[in-house]
Amino acid sequence: MNAKLALAFALSLWASAASPQSYAGLGTEAEGFAIPQRGNLLNFPGDHGAHPDFRIEWWYLTANLEGVDGRSYGVQWTLFRSALAPADAEGWQSPQIWMAHAAATSPTRHLFAERLARGGVGQAGVIAEPFEAWIDDWQMRSEGNSLEKIRVTASDHAFSYDLKLQADGPIVLHGDKGYSVKSASGQASYYYSQPHYQVTGTLSLPDGPVDVTGHGWLDREWSSQPLAEDQSGWDWFSLSFDSGEKLMGFVLRGDSGNFTSGTWISKDGGAEPLAPGSFQAKPLEFSQVNGRGIPTRWQASLPEKGVSVDVQALNPQSWMGTSFSYWEGPVSVTGSHSGKGYLEMTGYE
Amino acid sequence: MVLRIREVTKSYPGQTPETAVLRGVSLDLEAGQSLALTGDSGSGKSTLLHLAAALDSFDSGEIEIEGTRLSRLGDSQRAALRREKVSLVFQQFNLISSLNVLQNIALHARLGRRWEAEWGHRLAEKLGLTSLLDRYPEQLSGGQQQRVAIARALAVRPRLLLADEPTGNLDESASEAVMELMLELVRESGTALFLVTHSAAIAKMLDRRLHLQHGMAA
Amino acid sequence: MIRAALQAILSHWFRHPMQLATLLAGIALATGLWSAVQAINSEARASYARAAEQLGTAGADRLVPENDFIPLEQYAALRRAGWQLAPVLEGTVRIGRQSFEIMGVDLLSHPLVPALSEAAQLDDATPLDALLPPGRVFAHPETASLVEAANPPFPVTRAEALPRSILVADMSLASRLLRRPDTLSYLLVLPDQVPGLQRLETLAPELTRISAGNASAATARLTDSFHLNLTAFGLLSFAVGLFIVQGAIGLSLEQRRGLIRTLRGLGLPMRLLMMLFAGELAAIALCAGLVGLTGGYFVAAALLPGVSATLAGLYGAPVDGSLSLRPSWALGGMGMALGGTFLAGAQALFALSRMPLLAGPATRARGQQASRSHFLSAITGAVSILLGILVLANFQGLIAGFVFLGGIMLGAALMLPLLISAGLRLGAQLSRNPFGDWLWADTRAQLPGMSLALMALLLALAANIGVGTMVSSFRLTFTGWLDQRLSAEIYVTANSDVQGAELAAWLEQRGVTALPIRRKDIRFKGAPLRVYGIVDDATYRDNWPLLNGLPDVWDQVAAGDGLLVNEQLARRHGLVPGGSLRLSPDWELTIAGVYSDYGNPNGQAIVSLPELLARFPEIPNRQFGLRLPQEKVPDTINSIQETFEIQRENVVDQASIKGRSLAIFDRTFVITAALNLLTLGVAAFAMLSSLLTLWSQRLPQLAPVWAMGLTRRQLALAEVLRSVLLAALTAVLALPLGLVLAWALLAVVNVEAFGWELPMHLFPADWLRLFLLAILAAVLAAALPARRLSKLDPAELLKVFANER
Repeated sequence: MNAKLALAFALSLWASAASPQSYAGLGTEAEGFAIPQRGNLLNFPGDHGAHPDFRIEWWYLTANLEGVDGRSYGVQWTLFRSALAPADAEGWQSPQIWMAHAAATSPTRHLFAERLARGGVGQAGVIAEPFEAWIDDWQMRSEGNSLEKIRVTASDHAFSYDLKLQADGPIVLHGDKGYSVKSASGQASYYYSQPHYQVTGTLSLPDGPVDVTGHGWLDREWSSQPLAEDQSGWDWFSLSFDSGEKLMGFVLRGDSGNFTSGTWISKDGGAEPLAPGSFQAKPLEFSQVNGRGIPTRWQASLPEKGVSVDVQALNPQSWMGTSFSYWEGPVSVTGSHSGKGYLEMTGYE
Repeated sequence: MVLRIREVTKSYPGQTPETAVLRGVSLDLEAGQSLALTGDSGSGKSTLLHLAAALDSFDSGEIEIEGTRLSRLGDSQRAALRREKVSLVFQQFNLISSLNVLQNIALHARLGRRWEAEWGHRLAEKLGLTSLLDRYPEQLSGGQQQRVAIARALAVRPRLLLADEPTGNLDESASEAVMELMLELVRESGTALFLVTHSAAIAKMLDRRLHLQHGMAA
Repeated sequence: MIRAALQAILSHWFRHPMQLATLLAGIALATGLWSAVQAINSEARASYARAAEQLGTAGADRLVPENDFIPLEQYAALRRAGWQLAPVLEGTVRIGRQSFEIMGVDLLSHPLVPALSEAAQLDDATPLDALLPPGRVFAHPETASLVEAANPPFPVTRAEALPRSILVADMSLASRLLRRPDTLSYLLVLPDQVPGLQRLETLAPELTRISAGNASAATARLTDSFHLNLTAFGLLSFAVGLFIVQGAIGLSLEQRRGLIRTLRGLGLPMRLLMMLFAGELAAIALCAGLVGLTGGYFVAAALLPGVSATLAGLYGAPVDGSLSLRPSWALGGMGMALGGTFLAGAQALFALSRMPLLAGPATRARGQQASRSHFLSAITGAVSILLGILVLANFQGLIAGFVFLGGIMLGAALMLPLLISAGLRLGAQLSRNPFGDWLWADTRAQLPGMSLALMALLLALAANIGVGTMVSSFRLTFTGWLDQRLSAEIYVTANSDVQGAELAAWLEQRGVTALPIRRKDIRFKGAPLRVYGIVDDATYRDNWPLLNGLPDVWDQVAAGDGLLVNEQLARRHGLVPGGSLRLSPDWELTIAGVYSDYGNPNGQAIVSLPELLARFPEIPNRQFGLRLPQEKVPDTINSIQETFEIQRENVVDQASIKGRSLAIFDRTFVITAALNLLTLGVAAFAMLSSLLTLWSQRLPQLAPVWAMGLTRRQLALAEVLRSVLLAALTAVLALPLGLVLAWALLAVVNVEAFGWELPMHLFPADWLRLFLLAILAAVLAAALPARRLSKLDPAELLKVFANER
């Protein structure tokens, strides 16, 4: 039922944010929404909260986990905000709409759920301090100060999880101090991450609960015009190498060539923005997922750091069949570097 | 002259002058006289009787009852004539089933405002109906019913009594008794009797006889 | 053999086409009225179900508040506890000059949304704009036109899938229009809940969960009595129609006795003959049933808008004004046609099967039989009446009421021939002229053939008197009650509590008494109960429509010791003045009085306002009844509007409210009046058909009288007089029956169906009108045979005397 109503309303909304066809329909102009400005310094904890002046925003957590059963798992917790109009209003008059996706992935299963909510009435929202992001009974809240120590919960019919996350490194600002360019023509977003979470908790799957530990990566991004007109989707990699280094790289696929960018994160958490084109990724293997061919094995390389790795999906069927659908799942990394990570691919609908 | 019929013709729709029911019949009947009209089935006996009773209209000729020309009368004048001067006795008796014997006897006379209770009761007595006055027609035998019909007809003190096979539904002995009573009463009241019958025996009991054949007097 | 026999049997109808027409018409009428009523019933019932479905509430439980709103925070809290709920805000909005029910839903969560979005896409609108100002209203195309006619400040999207009775909008618009930004009416519990949530009873003990089945069953229960009423009416019409059928079947078989005897003499077995007749009846019933269904469909279609208004007015139950052919009532109608025909023909067929091979002509010897059968039928009738009374005395409930009514009506109908016969006998004794004698006697002779039609007339007239008296009594009582209940000269609704307080102060300055109208909706023994708080004022003491009460009723209420309850509540729970009622665990009051409260299905109580406020301080203070001299009313209305920016529709004078209430009342009983008239029409037709079928039997009775000197015109007049005589006698007998019926409706059926008893008023002018109507019906029914008689060829009459018959 949720899927149906989402089809009616949310689909057009989120598709408009993600796919250029419908985004083009809304116009590339920001229509009164705020636009990211280079040189505008991010402010914490304030910027952990919502930015209703911007059209879209998300709080995006992924985690690679090991169960006490020795199996690998992945968990996703995402809260999206979309504004139908700039600025906010009280109660039902609020133009803010919230959507959340939760997923739990094992080598054999991929379970996901979706929630939708109106802004303004308390059903969903984000407060910067003390940090809390929620929709219905799904939540991500600070257990101390700021984002350092958080607890994340979500539950649905077939799965639930309750995770405690403790950051052991600093927040990473992407691009130019958080100003992340998304196309050659200058579209950009504000983008920062906390990639250094140590995770413990419980994951409940239909087979029963299992205690898990692992690493988590939180992405924060907001903008009003994330894609250029000709861009049809992206392939986004967040890779944590066993060496302690991390790589965030993305490919925005466009008619007039791909736009790639990313950030190299050193062991101590220092961030090094990558020049456009320096990160490269090419599909090695396609899997039939939900009726489409989707690349589930990649060759990713960053020559300047000597990275040339084989990125392989833990579960190729990690399709998020939500109202705005995409592929999102844990990956393992081998080659010049080994490790784990998450892969997100959009625009393959 | 109570009844005077001159050259009367009558045809029903679809009949030609040659096949008409009545083709120029004439007869006269004086007060106190009785006439038997005989003839085969379909010879026009009943039709002639109905015309004489002012029940139906004829094509040509004339019928006069006590000098009144029927051809000139409208519906209500004919009705008045029937109420006051003519009465009928039928083979089927045709009593009113919803009225008792006395009411049946009185009905016609009262409709003509000529009801004399004394005369009515005398008629009843003569016809042997006195003990049956509060019965209903369905409780009577055929002979009794016909005697009621005769009493009804005579209670009016009609100038002309028309009878159509009055004993046709009765057995021989009953019919003779009824006929004798009727003739006695006719004579007593000076009424002219015009009777249709196919029985030669009954015809013989009357003063005159007329035989009808193919709508003409034979 | 069969074919030859069938040909002989059916040839009858070629010679008596009028009889066939009568038979067909009788079945068609009976079937038609019955299926019309059933069509209306099934349409209404389907409509309730559809409305629930269309509003997406069919499969979902509801969480309803104790009073009339749920705070928005509570919704958010339940959501955050994991419960998947769809919030609903309901209310009435005025758009232009018209009021509409509006249902506000969260377009992201309500089950109705898929259908709406489909509609919205068809309409070429972006669905999301419904969430942003100016918003968007979704409505059934017909309703949409009404809304658009008022030039609303928002677009309207047509959605066939919605019921006509309601507008749907996103919460953003609905809460703006209803000025309720932070409260909800109820929550739908969506079917798909994650397991392991905390129980709702723990999370929100003040909300009551009503299961999906119960929510719609409530409407069904409420309207059941109305549908039972309609069904009773349908059955009455059906019975009246069957009287025609029975007469026609009986006659057709009687006239074929000679034929039957001949056929049997020729070696046709009785069993086969019976089967042939049964087949003939079935074929006739099917043809006529089909015609009846068609007619019934159109009658239903014509009446349905009235029924919708009735149901909406009485119960607030939504019924769409369109009719669809449903197999349920179509098949039921055909079944009734077949069953009814055989029921009506059973006696005649049975008599036929028992007929000896050689029997005298049946047309003779009727009188004795008739009076014996009159007597038997009267005895049966008396037993039926007695049974009805016994049932009423020993059983409770609506069904018992209707059984009583049925027993009385049937019994009276069965006693009718004997009573009329006695009346005619009496008349005959008073008659002083021969024509009169004959007329009375002849009328009595005609009675056996007419009695069924007269029974039909009796039932129709009695139903008219009974229902008419009930409706008129109700209306009279209702009007009087409105006068008492609506005693304030002006009723004002302020936009907010603040404005309400300002208004009260302003009015006080100007010396106008403002009586606050404040209420709290609670639940009492599981059912909704609205509690009004009043201040002590002469207005109530002088005017309030008390049915009974303690001597110091108003003092008790004013002192906060007593309360008043409406009649419905009192009857439902057996409350009497002097008893006590516990409104909440710690609030028990003496019942000081009971007042009448018509047109409201729910319980209601009145307490002292300070006492109510002490317990529920948050009750809005927006409505006031103003007392002021009549001549100041227009000025006051104007200055209130000027001073306070209150919309015109929220400042209403007494006359307008009364007018509106009475208009609703009158609309409510349109269906009743229509069915009444139809039933009377059927009865008139029954008389006509009886007279026509009696025609051939009548001639042997008329011809001798004609021969004795009555003109055909006089005979025709007699025909009309006879018919009038019978109708008049029937009408006279229908009056007491009708009054008993009215009493039963007012004192038994109304109490059971609605919870209020009404005093009975008598309306002799209506009786006179109905009497004249019956006479008119009789004249009309006799007109055709009479005309035929006055133009009759004497040869036809002479045939009676013919010897060779």
